[in-house]
Amino acid sequence: MKTYVCIKRVPDTESRLKVGADGKSIDGAGLKYIISPYDEYALETALRQKESAGAGEVIVISVGEATSGEQLRNALAMGADGAVLLRGQPTMDGLATARALAAELKSAGAELVLCGMKAADDEQQEVGPMLAELLDLPCVTGVAELEVQGGSIVCQREVEGGTEVVEAPLPAVVTITKGKFEPRYPSLKGIMAAKKKPLEEKDAQLPAGRIQVRQLTPPPERPAGRIVGQGVDAVPELVRVLREEAKVI
Amino acid sequence: MPNVLAFAEQRDGKLRRASLEVMTAARTVADALGGEVHALLIAPRNTAAMAADLGRYGADKVLAGESAALAQYVPEAYARAVADAAGAGYHTVFFPASPMGKDLAPRVAVRLDAALASDVTAVGVESGELVVTRPIYGGRIFATVTVEGACRIVSLRPNVVRAAESAKAGTLQPLALPAEAGRTKVRELKAAGGAKLDVAEAPIVVSGGRGMKAPENWSMLEELAAALGGSCALGASRAVVDAGWRPHSEQVGQTGKTVSPQLYVAVGISGAMQHLAGMRSAKTIVAINKDADAPIFKVADFGIVGDAMEVVPRLTAELKKPR
Repeated sequence: MKTYVCIKRVPDTESRLKVGADGKSIDGAGLKYIISPYDEYALETALRQKESAGAGEVIVISVGEATSGEQLRNALAMGADGAVLLRGQPTMDGLATARALAAELKSAGAELVLCGMKAADDEQQEVGPMLAELLDLPCVTGVAELEVQGGSIVCQREVEGGTEVVEAPLPAVVTITKGKFEPRYPSLKGIMAAKKKPLEEKDAQLPAGRIQVRQLTPPPERPAGRIVGQGVDAVPELVRVLREEAKVI
Repeated sequence: MPNVLAFAEQRDGKLRRASLEVMTAARTVADALGGEVHALLIAPRNTAAMAADLGRYGADKVLAGESAALAQYVPEAYARAVADAAGAGYHTVFFPASPMGKDLAPRVAVRLDAALASDVTAVGVESGELVVTRPIYGGRIFATVTVEGACRIVSLRPNVVRAAESAKAGTLQPLALPAEAGRTKVRELKAAGGAKLDVAEAPIVVSGGRGMKAPENWSMLEELAAALGGSCALGASRAVVDAGWRPHSEQVGQTGKTVSPQLYVAVGISGAMQHLAGMRSAKTIVAINKDADAPIFKVADFGIVGDAMEVVPRLTAELKKPR
């Protein structure tokens, strides 16, 4: 089975973020970049599926600038078989990104397309289902576990109050959330092998984005709070302030 | 006329609170444009009563379809129904950023060829342009963005906009629903017990961290949540999700959910940066932690320095006392 995994280069989620001088972008100086965490879960899911089937091909694909090659190489080192970089300026407009991916994937012969449920930077949570619509494929979102059964997939998805088991015919698009398995670290052998694996680069067919960033700001400051007291003796006062001052209960 | 369409989510014939918040946001935009708000409702029954409520919260017109087959969310059928109705030409289409809305809005966006701004916390119109605020990077940065195009789509984060009554006609207009069932099939729903609210949607969240000491102590938080009322959800820090104590669906923070409830109670959570970013836009934050220097106290409105194991049961008991 040929599986495509869409990945995105994002700043490390542990890093300190600073708004750049233009007031509209993140200052990239000194930032470390990673594969967006949910995309890593998607890649891990694809690699495990291939291993349990004993056959198949996993291709990673990204829309981004040349620097995204670093994350594609990391994915190859984790075990992906091939990589495609669609060169273009990343945009918050997920529909533009989805169109660029769809232009590449429409004739790529993908049986399964996996995306992270949301990117750790823009958090639009939209590219996966948009890509499915553009490719006219069924889509299951927020999947923690996935199993291929013949020409179908059976997905466990997190819903309010439980887990939903959803079946979809292949080919399909699935967005992945954290499940049972942590993404693997690349082995030394994997890192060496990645250098010889194919990384195809081409210009993305990326339409102009229709979401324009006017301004980025740090979150509003919260006014200084107060310690109501120490230990259980402070409980009645806490309940009083919640009822009478904050009026939230 | 530049009208606005708002998708009203219901469950079992009752409107969800987030749907009324969406009506208020839609009203803001429609009023700025001099247009009308049309609500779109798909439900198994009870559409007339729900339409009356939507009218009370600002719907000039309610496009309502009743279908037993679409009582539960069916992604492809819902996407078609909304896209068909919205094809009439709306300035903006609103959805609640609930689990359903986040699945549905991108599908509709493609069908309408419209840009989508997800999980927004504020909406406005400036010189005819739609301007929205979106927390990004797990809430560590706020982006002010404009959404362009002939039609725009916005999903609104629950609990941020306060639903306000604004009586309009709420004229009921029947909506023909597609017969298609879609290609995905729900085989089974394994309930985790009770009709729980999603942590990103609940107006009150009780969240636990390492200070809870062991997973079995979560019964204490469940009791506290129950004492705080039916619309309370449980959350968790990344540390306890990574330790396998709680499911990832409860995780609050950058690699989990970003939440903005009316009340957030952090119990035994020291407050890693990514956690603080994910909950700092809550209206009121309460922290219970035995370390007085824990970063969580820097964002908390009210704090108790003490052992969660002692403070939580006492707090539950105090809340249960007749007033």
